[in-house]
Amino acid sequence: MRPLRILIAKPGLDGHDRGAKIIARALRDAGMEVIYTGLRQTPEMIAEAALQEDVDAVGLSILSGAHNTLLPRVVEALRARGLGDIPVFAGGIIPEEDIPFLKAHGITEVFGPGTPLETIVRFIETHTPRRAHAESSS
Amino acid sequence: MNKAEWANKVLKPATAKAPERKPLFETPSGIPLETVHAPEDATDWPGAYPFTRGIHPTMYRSRLWTMRQYAGFSTARETNARFRYLLAQGQTGLSVAFDLPTQLCMDADDPLASGEVGKVGVSISTLDDMRTLFAGIPLDKVSTSMTINAPAAVLLALYIATAKEQAGPNADPEAVMRALRGTVQNDILKEYAARGLYIFPPRPSMRLVTDVFAFCKQHMPHWNTISISGYHIREAGSTAVQEVAFTLANAIAYVQAALEAGLDVDEFAGQLTFFFNAHNDFLEEIAKFRAARRLWAKIMRERFGAKEPRSWMLRFHAQTGGSTLTAQQPMNNIVRVTIQALAAVLGGAQSLHTNSWDEALQLPTEASVRLALRTQQIIAYESGVTDTVDPLGGSYAIEYLTDEIERRAQALIETIDALGGAVRAIESGWMQAQIAEAAYRYQRQVESKERIIVGVNAFTEDEDQQLSIQRFKVDPRIEEEQRARLAAWRANRDHERVGALLRQLEETARSTENLMPVLIACVEGGVTVGEIGRVLRRVFGEYQPPQVV
Amino acid sequence: MSETLSWRAPRELARWLSAIERGDAKALAKVRALYRTPSPAHVIGITGVPGSGKSTLIATLARALREAQHPVAVLSVDPSSPFTRGAILGDRIRMRDLAGDPGVFIRSLASRGAPGGLAAATADMVTALEAAGFDYVFVETVGAGQDDVAIARLAETVVVVEAPGLGDDVQAIKAGLIEIADILVVNKADLPEAQRTAQMLAAALALGFETVGHHGAAAMPAAQDVQHGWRVPVLLVSATKGEGITALIEALRQHRAWLHTSNEGLRRKRRQAEAEIYARLYAQLARYVQMHLDQAALQRWVEACAMRTAHPEEAAEALLAHVLQAIKPC
Repeated sequence: MRPLRILIAKPGLDGHDRGAKIIARALRDAGMEVIYTGLRQTPEMIAEAALQEDVDAVGLSILSGAHNTLLPRVVEALRARGLGDIPVFAGGIIPEEDIPFLKAHGITEVFGPGTPLETIVRFIETHTPRRAHAESSS
Repeated sequence: MNKAEWANKVLKPATAKAPERKPLFETPSGIPLETVHAPEDATDWPGAYPFTRGIHPTMYRSRLWTMRQYAGFSTARETNARFRYLLAQGQTGLSVAFDLPTQLCMDADDPLASGEVGKVGVSISTLDDMRTLFAGIPLDKVSTSMTINAPAAVLLALYIATAKEQAGPNADPEAVMRALRGTVQNDILKEYAARGLYIFPPRPSMRLVTDVFAFCKQHMPHWNTISISGYHIREAGSTAVQEVAFTLANAIAYVQAALEAGLDVDEFAGQLTFFFNAHNDFLEEIAKFRAARRLWAKIMRERFGAKEPRSWMLRFHAQTGGSTLTAQQPMNNIVRVTIQALAAVLGGAQSLHTNSWDEALQLPTEASVRLALRTQQIIAYESGVTDTVDPLGGSYAIEYLTDEIERRAQALIETIDALGGAVRAIESGWMQAQIAEAAYRYQRQVESKERIIVGVNAFTEDEDQQLSIQRFKVDPRIEEEQRARLAAWRANRDHERVGALLRQLEETARSTENLMPVLIACVEGGVTVGEIGRVLRRVFGEYQPPQVV
Repeated sequence: MSETLSWRAPRELARWLSAIERGDAKALAKVRALYRTPSPAHVIGITGVPGSGKSTLIATLARALREAQHPVAVLSVDPSSPFTRGAILGDRIRMRDLAGDPGVFIRSLASRGAPGGLAAATADMVTALEAAGFDYVFVETVGAGQDDVAIARLAETVVVVEAPGLGDDVQAIKAGLIEIADILVVNKADLPEAQRTAQMLAAALALGFETVGHHGAAAMPAAQDVQHGWRVPVLLVSATKGEGITALIEALRQHRAWLHTSNEGLRRKRRQAEAEIYARLYAQLARYVQMHLDQAALQRWVEACAMRTAHPEEAAEALLAHVLQAIKPC
């Protein structure tokens, strides 16, 4: 089976990329190909990268508190490009009570602080329908 | 220097100037404590080179550290209320947190600011915002620390303009500036290396830093022109040794930049301060502060030939480690913060911020901030560790760790020197890669339970049993309010003057002249933070980070 | 998937590239067809050791070319971990400025174990990008040095990027990259040592004249170019400041013009075709070997060679004979 391709991006203005970098390394060590875009990505930049890179999933890390504004916009930008089937997961400092709102706005899963890397890896492996689809169509 | 010589040459003049808090310090059992305990023939003494045991001979026996809680959220008005509350609770200095658009020199109505206004700190776009932030707080009386880096010069200009307004039109501006006490973080190198809030490329950024040095040397002698920060390097995942090494390597780069800008080392070195993390490993942390102090003294004296003892002294602010706080069983964080704060005090901090236990979950509530401040007060007034200087000095373990950290940090600094210095080591991504590597290693250890985090990978509880916490939420409407305020501000100013000031700013930026005077003129003339940012971005360009993951 | 490839339909293009990368039969059939229609795109290889600033240089070049409205594609190859097969593809970090421009298409690629500094699918992906109507296709190699020579059989123009301050030696010379260069760029020209680095490169190129004839292995494109009248220019560039970019674009044009007007263009195409055929031949053979290898026999030979009762060459001969036997009927 081909390796999964995952986009890891930091929307918003905060510069705390420790978590994003750790996730990127953990996914690499789980055999995935990780496209890392760096800091201060707008929703449009993220969606454009997801499109060009034809990724299986998008991971967003945000610690600035702007998640309720920015994460739904990423989902919208993906949908506007016909990429509504790409699962989007998020991590960072996101209070429990904001999670239902984010899920209602198209975020597949939110990982809180302290989530074991193993949990995240397994989640991605089991929630990436595009690879299965692409393989079967070829 | 033996004990008698130290008492004569160092202690006596110091106590003559500032006496100890009590004539006699004794334990509850009535055992008297001397200023410092050491064998008569010891060589390392507090208040004397290389300052391993502290920069003052009497340390907290004369004056406790400054309890300085970092605060700032949403609007200037609300932050102002929090400041007044903290001062009323016995806090002794102010510390301003700015929101991300402000820290990136953008106005609240910038498209990229959407969702970020007032979130992690206070939003400041205009002189009016700054005015409101310090309303009723006399700036000639408080000491203010501002966590601001890439646009430090701009926010310092706003602070000066506000102080001048407070003093009234008849006050002598030089006297107003001379009276100001406080710190701007102004440490751009750690932004590239760890914190990510950079704007311009290194060269113009270093010029902004040294412009602040030169301006303050002349006009604001009690102002700390930089707070060279290991805090964020540690938060990004470095080890304690890397924290010391990278911070001091950055400090070396600033000193070199200032020398190249034509300043004399003893003219500005006394205005440099440091900012370290206080982490969980109690012994290593205490030793880290002691090692950093000794290493810096040697660097300043031997490498840069500084003559003034004040230039040799590493003065530092400490903050407990934000990344050590856990979202799981969050009340445990109170205990972590206590241990970390105690390490900072035993390590000889000059000022301290204690984190609130709920910060892994949200911005802290007023109650949790108060508890964090109480933690410091209990250490200061009840624990007794302030009654004799460097009480752990001479402990075999502490002295061994101090030596080891110094030796290993020294070796890392030599590596950075070989790479061409800190600026090069950052531009090439070397420093970032070292930090990312250490962060990942640490995370792996947590995952494999080689490292136990109580409540996270051991002694866990069902989620249901977690206590429900009071939520603190930034009102989402404040973004619109800020935009409205800003629009009104723009409508009511002298447009011609603003245009002229922006042209003057651009010209000065393209020259090598000090930018501070024109920045002060700009903010006084109604120019906004974002407008200044746009001009400087155009002249200086924007930094492109190296690819390090 | 739609049948036409166009830079104006980036989502479809991205999916075709994925299909090519995973070896989808339909996609490969399409590439074969597309290959037969030559494209006017200029395919430019960018190589150089880590830290030389390849991604930044590409970003700056792309920005300059966009000013003249040229659609630009970038394929950036990064290494896969030999242990986990995973990879971190970070080239977009340095190309942040290009985001949001519909005329720029960036695709990151993991090498997936292929030698030579490119991924196995790179050539076919380039064919697809050419067909999609990009005027310029940049291929950024892994940047491991010595080994990064696969680009020479793919690119029309190979730019080798060097930067001062990467150590005492000029890394491109040390890594043997200089031999495949059509253009040498000394990036970070604002650093004080840049001039010296450029001089050392120029000196190394001059020396190259004398040694070319003596080594069979020196039959590399650039070395022969020198013999046939292309003087490899050494250009000082500051990618972050955009200085020297106009001169570099001019050099790229000149090199291309020279290829078209001299016989060298055709000669190079022949050389590249031959190298590409060889590469694919070896790849196919390797696949057959993987497929038909007698695993039991292999284990016996391993044992024998380990005990030194047989020589590995004998083992290889015997195992190959078996593989050839197995594929004969097809």
